[in-house]
Amino acid sequence: MEATIKSMSCPVPSVAAGDRVMLAHGEGGRLMRQLIRRRIVPAVDNEFLRLAGDAAVLPSVRGPLAMTTDSFVVSPIFFPGGDIGSLAVYGTVNDLAVAGARPRWISLALILEEGLEMAVLERVLASVAAAARRVGVLVVTGDTKVVPRGAADQLFINTTGIGEIVAPPPEGPAALEMGDELIVTGPIGRHGIAVMSAREGLEFDPPPESDSAPLVDAVAALQQAGVSLRAMRDATRGGLGAILHEWAEASGKTLAIEERLLPVGAEVRGACELLGLDPIHVANEGTMAVAVPHGNADRAINALCSVPETAQSAYIGRVEPRGLAAVVVARGVHQTIPLDEPVGAPLPRIC
Amino acid sequence: MKFVDEYRRPEHCERLLNEIRQIASRSWSLMEVCGGQTHGLLRYGIDTALDGVVQLIHGPGCPVCVTPLESIDLAIELARQPDVTVASFGDMLRVPGSRESLLQARAQGGNVQIVYSPLDAVRFAEHHRDLQVVFFAVGFETTAPATALAVHQAAELGLTNFSLLVSHVRVQPAMEMLAASKDNTVQGFLAAGHVCTVAGYNSYKSFVERFRLPVVVTGFEPVDLLMGIRECVRQLENGEASVANCYSRSVAPPGNERALAIMDDVYEICDRPWRGLGIVPNGGFGLRAKWAALDAERRFAHTGAAVTECSECRSGDVLTGRIKPTECAHFGVRCTPDSPLGAPMVSAEGACAAYYRYSPANGAAKAQAV
Repeated sequence: MEATIKSMSCPVPSVAAGDRVMLAHGEGGRLMRQLIRRRIVPAVDNEFLRLAGDAAVLPSVRGPLAMTTDSFVVSPIFFPGGDIGSLAVYGTVNDLAVAGARPRWISLALILEEGLEMAVLERVLASVAAAARRVGVLVVTGDTKVVPRGAADQLFINTTGIGEIVAPPPEGPAALEMGDELIVTGPIGRHGIAVMSAREGLEFDPPPESDSAPLVDAVAALQQAGVSLRAMRDATRGGLGAILHEWAEASGKTLAIEERLLPVGAEVRGACELLGLDPIHVANEGTMAVAVPHGNADRAINALCSVPETAQSAYIGRVEPRGLAAVVVARGVHQTIPLDEPVGAPLPRIC
Repeated sequence: MKFVDEYRRPEHCERLLNEIRQIASRSWSLMEVCGGQTHGLLRYGIDTALDGVVQLIHGPGCPVCVTPLESIDLAIELARQPDVTVASFGDMLRVPGSRESLLQARAQGGNVQIVYSPLDAVRFAEHHRDLQVVFFAVGFETTAPATALAVHQAAELGLTNFSLLVSHVRVQPAMEMLAASKDNTVQGFLAAGHVCTVAGYNSYKSFVERFRLPVVVTGFEPVDLLMGIRECVRQLENGEASVANCYSRSVAPPGNERALAIMDDVYEICDRPWRGLGIVPNGGFGLRAKWAALDAERRFAHTGAAVTECSECRSGDVLTGRIKPTECAHFGVRCTPDSPLGAPMVSAEGACAAYYRYSPANGAAKAQAV
């Protein structure tokens, strides 16, 4: 008799049985509670999250705080060298780190597309958790929404981060002075080329890998070495070129770099040559630009090179009085040429 | 990459620059035909390094710049039709038509897809059978073979949802038009290396005989460009006019025979309007009658409305080398990559874009524009 009743009952979809995200997972009912309790919380578990009501209650800290937010919509969500989960952690902690803060807590807001495979969600959550552990931040609060199929591309993530200011933050780009030295902390253009190759099915061999990585240890190394810092910025969208233009505008000076000094990996150079792109305009996700007062570049580079993520840091140029152009590059025939600033994302050329 | 570095070595460039300065007894006017060469010359500062020795006149070899306005408008019109997706190269999407660019049309709901190769467009059509996919085929002899290959692939796959808007152009007839014009000041041509990789350079023999102007097949790296210029100046100083190949690591005299064979199967030579130049006799490729079923212009209803070029844009004068981009009153002021009046300011190979990017003197003009 019991068996008959069971077979007649309406099959209530359960998280355990269902292998895909459904709209009901974001509608506030049992499915949503199960999703959060069984899949999300265990992945990133900590005392704050366990106690959290509508908001996490955080302990008091002594000094000032830094706060930042970032949304991640990368496609594809898995790419050589990283994925959207670790990227959502590193992207936000890097913004804190370059402001001179030690990242402490982050939020995790997920926007899931109806039909997303649970296995994919779990892979991303595991990656978030591993990345948070690596940099020593806690995911203390979060949110989950599900949107109808087609309204998002698999999943989007927003993270907000709070960090403690543990050392005097850099003076900022407006303080750049003539003779200041410019450093980049690793080979440029890797993230942009890796994602573009994965998205467009460009079959480079070996496939270019993203530089997605935390810069927390690199900034700590600079602080410990006591290097005085004029400006720091992670070179994400728009690449190194965008930061140089931003700094030139903020300071009213000319930033002069030398093409031969720019670290660029062979695979990125090859891909850029083929596609007609300049690596200086291509995105990074674990590489920053650093400006230090004249005479400090060697110490800064020594400190940076002691950290695995920034072991290939290099001096690339200096700050000069404002000339005709905001940013100039010394190339080929001993000529100094202005660096252009693309209107939007660089588009591959036709031939 | 070592191969590229070898052709960018400053000491090689310096040696070639000195040789050119030594052999030139006067200033010569040379046209680099291809926009890729223009960008190489400006990016590495070769034009200013040779100031007073060689005057470089920038040619019409920017495929998206010369794509006629009516073709862009037609592509936009098709992209706005429901169930039609227009696929093209990223470079093409920012070029303004008479009212808007393909990218602007996409922002307003048009279906536009960026592809990296015509074969990507075929693959897209194969995976989206419910959509009509139109590949907007632009470019010189360099890209025409890949389009021809796409035609063959689509036929083999039996795709009924793939068609093409063919706007391919042929570079030599445009050079002939320029050389034959009454106000021609070009004394020697640096022929486009990549075009010659496909088409070869045997066909330039008749050109040289007819116009008595040197034609030097030239590559794109600084050392390539300087070797091409040196050969051109050498011929001019010696009163010679012949076809020379300074890009032999890529170009063979007959070109790429396989590519030419497939092009011959798919295209016939036709007269074509070039933006800025007007109708160039034999200046384009069109689909042969046997491939007419793949012709998007036949497949879809369209208005074909007459269009007028922006009267302020002097792209025609720029593309024919009559003026340098900086001689246009609107350069860097009303016409910038953010809001272009014409195609040469947005294309990756456009001469105006090259000057805006690389020329130090334009910093002042840019500052005024802000």
